[in-house]
Amino acid sequence: MSSAGHCSGPAAVMPASGRKTVALVGPPNAGKTTLFNALTGLRQKIANFPGITVEHHTGVARLPNGREIDLIDLPGVYSLEPRSEDERVTRDALEGAIPGIPKPDAVLLILDATNLGRHLMLAAQVLSEGLPTLVVLNMADDLANRSGKVDPEKLAQQLDAPVALVSASRGEGLEVVREYLAGQFAVPKPVELPILQDVPKCRQWSAKVASHAGYQAPAPPLWTRRLDQVFLHPVGGPLVFLAVVILVFQLMFSAAQPLMDGVEALISASGAWVAAYLPAVWWRDLLVEGVWGGVGAVVVFLPQILLLFLFIGVLEDSGYLARAALIADRTMAKVGLQGKSFIPLLSAYACAVPAIMATRTIENQRDRIATILIAPFMTCSARLPVYALIIAAFIPERPLLGPLVGTRAAALLGLYLLGFLAAVLTAKLLKSSILKSDRTPFMLEMPPYRWPTLRSLGLRLWDRALAFLRRAGTVILAVTVVLWVLAHVPFKDGKAPPIEESVAGTLGRTIEPVIAPMGFNWKIGIGLLTSLAAREVIVGTLGTIYGIEGDVEGEGGSGALQKAIQADLSPAGAVALLVFFAFAMQCMSTSAVVRRETGGWKWPLLQFGYMTGLAYVGALVAYHLVRGMS
Amino acid sequence: MQLSVNNGPTSTLDLLREGQEAVLERLDVPADTARRLMELGFVPGHTVSAARSAPGGDPRVFRVDGSEVALRLETARHLQVRLTE
Repeated sequence: MSSAGHCSGPAAVMPASGRKTVALVGPPNAGKTTLFNALTGLRQKIANFPGITVEHHTGVARLPNGREIDLIDLPGVYSLEPRSEDERVTRDALEGAIPGIPKPDAVLLILDATNLGRHLMLAAQVLSEGLPTLVVLNMADDLANRSGKVDPEKLAQQLDAPVALVSASRGEGLEVVREYLAGQFAVPKPVELPILQDVPKCRQWSAKVASHAGYQAPAPPLWTRRLDQVFLHPVGGPLVFLAVVILVFQLMFSAAQPLMDGVEALISASGAWVAAYLPAVWWRDLLVEGVWGGVGAVVVFLPQILLLFLFIGVLEDSGYLARAALIADRTMAKVGLQGKSFIPLLSAYACAVPAIMATRTIENQRDRIATILIAPFMTCSARLPVYALIIAAFIPERPLLGPLVGTRAAALLGLYLLGFLAAVLTAKLLKSSILKSDRTPFMLEMPPYRWPTLRSLGLRLWDRALAFLRRAGTVILAVTVVLWVLAHVPFKDGKAPPIEESVAGTLGRTIEPVIAPMGFNWKIGIGLLTSLAAREVIVGTLGTIYGIEGDVEGEGGSGALQKAIQADLSPAGAVALLVFFAFAMQCMSTSAVVRRETGGWKWPLLQFGYMTGLAYVGALVAYHLVRGMS
Repeated sequence: MQLSVNNGPTSTLDLLREGQEAVLERLDVPADTARRLMELGFVPGHTVSAARSAPGGDPRVFRVDGSEVALRLETARHLQVRLTE
């Protein structure tokens, strides 16, 4: 998984003309993204190669001589033999065969200095492309700490290409990289290379080159082995995993609360200020009820969502995620999938869009489609505002398992489990019917554990915060404004009608017979309709509706919204609503990305129909079960 | 690359116990799988040792060529090795 989350629909981005383009190539876990972040900082964006589905980052690096250069971060690959989509894209990008992407003027080849023998095999393939290449040996600090060594100058002689020894995470040695980028790229001299198709020959070649460069492989990573004694312990490992998950959920409620209270206070205060200072015109009401009441109600959840991304970031950057995939493989195999599906599925807890893109590492096409189809069942961050609102409104906070785990965290954990179970059972169903296939070999490299850097985590959160606010400022704002207008027409006696008689109210009441069996009234119905665009929109919609009704006047806060919703939903209806959101496919961005990744409407339509049907039945059953109990 | 002249008994990779070492002899898998395995370090002639595994012993982590790679036993079963005594 190269990055945990970009829900925003990426658009094709062309590097501005006149600047040179440099491509970053390297195997997975060599620190390619760390180097990219160190060189570009905040000046980067995510884009899709035109016409194909592989996501990539582009960025601008400012150089010591004041010049700027475009950097393209290509997918992590072990080889340029075009078998997976990642490998095909990397090779095509280097050869300038992708329309709209200029052929790179030079290549930064990032290799892990602690694993040089094996990684030099990729150097043979990249050098054979004949582009000016700087070989960047990353993890210099790790190599020195574990008493390995290499002579960059001798390696440069062997490869006839410049070599830089750096530590991208500490920023050491980067001036050499910047100087290279600022200089004139020398045309590479041809080197004697092995037959690239013959892996054992290539490996012999790289062993020879490494030994001529005075390479001494480092001692084994002691800390990684010690940590694996715990994290991969037959009993302790799964227990640690469970403890980590529970802790994350508890912190998402307890640690996020003060932050959310702060955001809420800020939104209410600014809403009241706007209301007080503007003249009493119709667009003041739109601004206060629509924008502050609707968008504000969603923005409140930013701290909680960032906290989730922070945890996923720490798990991924530290190397723990690969161990989790290993532990999960047997379970995944039981439903016909494999450990590699686990990583996209885990990132689907943040957002299904990047998760579906991350399925590209699964070589087996049927496994891949099955993973894509079940990914939206994982509880994504867009469900979080809905869950948080309903849980806070209906479930009193009480300690459950000591002071650490409360009833609300337990309820949230239950919903996460519900989505997970739906995913697992659906996978089983798919893999034993329409997507049956032979089991494909599971191979996964376990990277050494590393401390996540604050810089990388910070960039990730910044990226997520921007994407979330962009969504709040576009999709949610647009739906909220349209809804506000629909709730105010048609005019009766020259003024807005009661909301029940407005267009929005009529729509809600039209579908009421269909949703009444689940315990929902027409107001919830309007929310269900608007949330087809994106799940969290329902929170904004309810904020707007109750705002118009005067229950949450001028407040974007969730406190007043909770009270309003308590009056409108029975406890059984609340449970039904939670179950509905756990199962339903309400996200245009996800459907769009599924269509693109599967190359047609067949799978996204099947997915939409199946999930929505399951949501309806599930909510119906939940409603009657809870009502029967109370 | 450690070439062993030691002629221990032959076996398959899945039978290695945790901590046991062997030299890889042959990969009896389809060409595509073989290439992927070799890119990850499973080249004939390399020393492989078995490390930790997932609960239940499958998949298992193998140390080969300076890295650790997890394989399912159903794949490891097709990798012929010679035990180093």
